[in-house]
Order: sequence, then C-alpha cells, then structure tokens
Amino acid sequence: MDPETPEHLLKTKRREPVTMLEAISEALFEEMIRDESVFLMGEDIGVYGGAFKVTRDFLTFFGENRVIDTPIAEGGFTGAAAGAAHMGLRPVVEIQFMDFISPAYDVITNYIATSNYRGAGPQPLVIRGPVGGGNRGGPFHSQNVEMAFFHTPGLKIVYPSTARDAKGLLKASIRDDNPVIFEEHKGLYRAPSLREVLPDEDYIVPLGEARIVREGTDITIVTYGAMVHKSVEAAEMMETEDGVSVEVVDLRTLLPLDEDAIVESVKKTNKLLVVHEDTRTGGIAGEIAIRVSEKAFEWLDGPILRVTAIDAPVPYSGSLEDYFLPQTDDVLKAARYLAAY
Amino acid sequence: MSEPTLGLERAGLQDLYRSLCLTRAAEERLELLQKQGHVTGGLYRSLGQEAGAVGAAYALRRRADGTGDMLCHTIRAAGALFLFGGELIDYFRQYMAKGTSPTRGREANVHWFDFEKGFVGPVSPLGTMIEIMAGMTLSFRVRGEDRIGIVFYGDGASSTGAWHEGLNFAAVQRCPMILIVENNQWAFSTPTSKNTRVSSFTEKGPGYGIGAEAVDGTDVLAVFDAVRRAALQVRSGGGTHMIELNYFRRKGHAQHDPQDYVDPAVIRAWEKKDPLDLYRSRLLRNEWASEDELVAIEEETFEECRVAAEAAIAEPYPEGAEAVSGVYTDVHTPHPWTRSSSPDPTLA
Repeated sequence: MDPETPEHLLKTKRREPVTMLEAISEALFEEMIRDESVFLMGEDIGVYGGAFKVTRDFLTFFGENRVIDTPIAEGGFTGAAAGAAHMGLRPVVEIQFMDFISPAYDVITNYIATSNYRGAGPQPLVIRGPVGGGNRGGPFHSQNVEMAFFHTPGLKIVYPSTARDAKGLLKASIRDDNPVIFEEHKGLYRAPSLREVLPDEDYIVPLGEARIVREGTDITIVTYGAMVHKSVEAAEMMETEDGVSVEVVDLRTLLPLDEDAIVESVKKTNKLLVVHEDTRTGGIAGEIAIRVSEKAFEWLDGPILRVTAIDAPVPYSGSLEDYFLPQTDDVLKAARYLAAY
Repeated sequence: MSEPTLGLERAGLQDLYRSLCLTRAAEERLELLQKQGHVTGGLYRSLGQEAGAVGAAYALRRRADGTGDMLCHTIRAAGALFLFGGELIDYFRQYMAKGTSPTRGREANVHWFDFEKGFVGPVSPLGTMIEIMAGMTLSFRVRGEDRIGIVFYGDGASSTGAWHEGLNFAAVQRCPMILIVENNQWAFSTPTSKNTRVSSFTEKGPGYGIGAEAVDGTDVLAVFDAVRRAALQVRSGGGTHMIELNYFRRKGHAQHDPQDYVDPAVIRAWEKKDPLDLYRSRLLRNEWASEDELVAIEEETFEECRVAAEAAIAEPYPEGAEAVSGVYTDVHTPHPWTRSSSPDPTLA
C-alpha cells in the first residue's frame, strides 16, 4: 500500500493558508509526485526532515532512493547531483544554510554552469536553501549568496518573496533544464503576514519575469526577497505621509534579469532606487544601474540610488545586525531624497 | 607453454595491441600536427601509460545505446576513449578546436562527451570527476540498472577535496564505481611524494571502507585482469573499488614542459618497460599473433590517424559569433552592441 500524503502537505488542498516554507514543501512534494526523476539530496533532509523541516516526512513517503541524507560535503554531493543530472535525473539539492554553498562553488561554476556550453548537455538541477539575515544567526547562518553566482553565465538565480511565488518559482525551477540557485529567505519562511491560500492547481511562475508589487508614478524601487516587504512598507508611508507614488518591482529572478520590467518602470517614474539585503559593493544595484544607464539614461530625472547592507560580514549581536541590515527607515530616507531631487 | 589468456581469444588479444598502437599513433600524429601549427593549446602525451587505459576499458561493457558502462577518461587515457567509441576524427577535431568538433570548439582535446556511447569527458579540475561519476553511478544503483562506472584521474587529483568528497559519497552510497588512479609519479613537476605521505594510493582505500589494488600499469593484460575482477565485484553490489596503475610519465606534463626536473636515467630505465614493446614481444612469444599481423596493425593504425587528421585539417573553425550560443538551453545571450552594424547601446 502506498503511504498516505502527510497531513501537513494537504493545506492547499483543504483551502487553508500556508506559509512560504509550507509552499516550498508543497512544491517539492508535488514535483516528486509528478515526475519520478526528481529526487532530493542534502544534509539531514531525510530522517530529520531538514534543518527547517522543509522535507518533513518525505523520507517515509518517497524512500531513501529519492530522499538522500548525505555526508557533510556540499561539494561532493552537489557534484554527485550533477552526475545524476547527466543520467536523466532531476536532483534538488538542499544546502542546509546557503552560507555553506562555498565548498560547492568549484563544481557549480566550473562544471555545472559550463556543462551545456561545453556540449556536455543540460544540467537540470536545483540548489536550494535558506539565506538572509535578521535571525541573529551570525556570520555563517545569515548570508545572501546571489552575487557569488550572478557573475557566472549558465546559472539561473531565483529569490522569491511570497508563498505563492515560492511555490510557482520552485516548480518552474525544477522543470527548467538549466541549473538554478534557489534562495529562500529564512525570515520569510514562517512569517505570519505571508500566509496565504494558494491556487489549488498545478501552477508555475515563469523564471525571468519580475512582478509589479505596487504600482506608482513618481519613484521606482527595484528589489527582491525580504526587502520587498520593507520597500512596500516604505512606499505606503510615502503615499500617506508625503503624497508620493512609489512603484515597487520585485525581481523574483535575478538571473536572467528582467531588464525590460526595470527599464519600463523607470521610463514611467524617471527615478530609481535599488534596495537589496545583500552587501553593497558588487551588489546587484550596480548591474541594474548600468543597464538603466545604457537603456534609459534620457529618462532619468535623478541619480540612481541604493539601499543595501553594509560591506561587512553579517554580525551576530542584535544591535549590530540591525545596523548592518537595510531597514524600512533607510528605504524611506532614500525615497524622500529622490522625491525631493 | 603459453601464458594464460584470461579468456581472451586471439582476436581479443590482438584488439588490445591495436588499441595500444592507435593511442600511440594518434599522439605521434598530434606531435606532427602541433609542429605544423594545427593544434590549439597544449598537447599531453601518455607515452608509457597506454596500457592502463586500454586494459581497463577493454574489461568493461562498451555499448552504443546508453545501456553500457560509463567511462570518465583523462588526457592520458585516450585509449579508453577510443575503445568506448570516441571517433578518431573527433579527437583530432577537438585538438584543432574545429567547429565540427563534438564541442564545436568550446572545449579542448579529450574533454568531450557521448552519454549513449558511455563516456563523459573530464573538466580540468580532475577531482571533480569523482563526484560526477559518483552521481552517475548513484543513478544506476537507484534505478536498478546493471551498469557500472569507471573514472580515471592522476596522482595529483588524489589530493583534492573534490576527490575526497566524491569518493566518500560514493563509498557511503555504495555506488557501483571503480576509481583508477593513474600514478605516473608526477603531477606536472610535483612528485608523488609531495602529494601524499602514503607509499601506495591503495592505502587510501581502507580509509573509505573500500577495496583497493595496485597493478603494473605497463602490463595491459594485468590491468585488464584487475579491472575485470573489480568490475565483477562492483557489478554484483560490492560498492566502490579503487585500482592504482603504476607506471611513469616519460614525457613532460605537456609538450611545453622539457621535464628537466626528472633524472634522465630514470626515464631511460622506464623506456625498457614500454607497454607496446612488452606486449608485442609477448604476443609473438605466445604465438597470439604473427609478425605480419602485428605489422599490419601498426600500419593500419598509422594510416587511420593520418587519414583522420588530414580530414580534420580541412574542416573549418567555428564562426566567432557562435560564441553566444548555448550558454543556456533557453535564454539568449546578446551580442555586444559594438558589433552591430549600427552601434547603439539602447538597442543591444
């Protein structure tokens, strides 16, 4: 007899709201049901169900050939995932905290990202895991890793900000024939404000398409991940307190970058603020600024500004981390500066 | 009295010699092509190591339909690549970086792939290939396919973290895989003694809970026998296994390396253990082949290489603008706007 679907994975079926973490679990579960070539590898994902319990009860349901607890060796099992992908499987690798992806940097950038170009065929695999600060995790449980990979042609990078997007983007990532780095902000995992009832259907959110979270006419904020919510908060304050209309664009996919959505919004508002939780130097704001300079220089009525984390390792103590991270008030101040410009 | 033939018929015994000759003739042809300016990038000889690749690959199931065993060769294991169906002309196309090569000029020399025929070319950080083969053979195990994998690498790659992580993963997951360490005693200019404290790489096997065996890499039949036995064990669920081939790199790391850090007397001593010479005299001594048959093999392989190389020379290099294609399966990589007929950054 087939095991029954675990109760906690039936919330959408029961039309109950789910957290972003539950949405991710549902995406993985449904994709593994849909396609038996999809399998999971990672540290403590089987018996324990993952450090954040994303794969709770998966081992019982799918068995140890499809939910593989690995040695603590991110390079080794990510490389093994690449080998399995060559043979027609579709691995989803969990990095317990994305800070620990660095041992796999070699195989991801040298092997996986170059595979299709080298004629070794596509690498349909997903490397996913928790990122981001605000949880007092310190230097090794808080990083954002997107820009370590943004410079590598051949990879896609996805970073959802809502439960709905997380589920649809993860499904799209698993079905994509290219390697995808999928970042999940741990501060959003169980955020009560993000609980929502998801469509009870097999939907995907296409990679490479930004979303207008909030329409506006005076300033564009381009952002992603947890900063979407702080940006929206600031935009609402601008609306009510300053009478300034702020458009917020959620990139959702960082690579490939939805340049058209950014340029279109800037051509409408003529002012651009980029907000990211990642550190400042070499952050995505730089790439966005040059693209706008190339494509929409004539439309700009002010400097392109950015609000980011400071250029430092992620500090542990609350007071330090709060200072390190970009806050709603920073977004507000930058938006007000632009509005007055 | 004849030596044991390990179950090989006369044709099989001569096949092995043919592969040895083909490997050497191909590399000697490359040296000529390099002098003529046809070779792009480095040229790496396997002089003295040919028997390791040939003996090992000959012991495996080679099929062209994606159901056979899987090979990951190295730059000094071209004989294995040829035995798995790698075409001689593709070998020359690759070395010449032709647009007609399997990688369309994107990758060098033996770094090419055919998953139906069952070979995966290496990437330059060779330790990575242990991880890749671990995953390939993991897929065989979880799907219950009767296939195994074999991965070649050098004594130098044995020092990498990727080697350790890949091997450890394979051992834990009981991946049906054979690791072949080509111990030619040199990693570029670094001797084995500066890569490891162990006197034999087989000492590393027990540290991972796997079996390991050393074999004379100049003896094609000894290698064939060792790999055949290992394959039998791995195929029947025995997990991962390691074989060390012992021989000597008689040329520099690549042609640009005069190898002046090696004692010439040592090289001369190893010349007496040339795998082709050794096997040739053995074939004659045991009457597994006649002098005429061997000469015919030598002439045929020479001629095959000449013809394939000439054909490859005549073929075109890729168009430069081809460089944008294939980064992704579905995302278009733009051409630089400065290369358009009327340069304009807003239109890129």
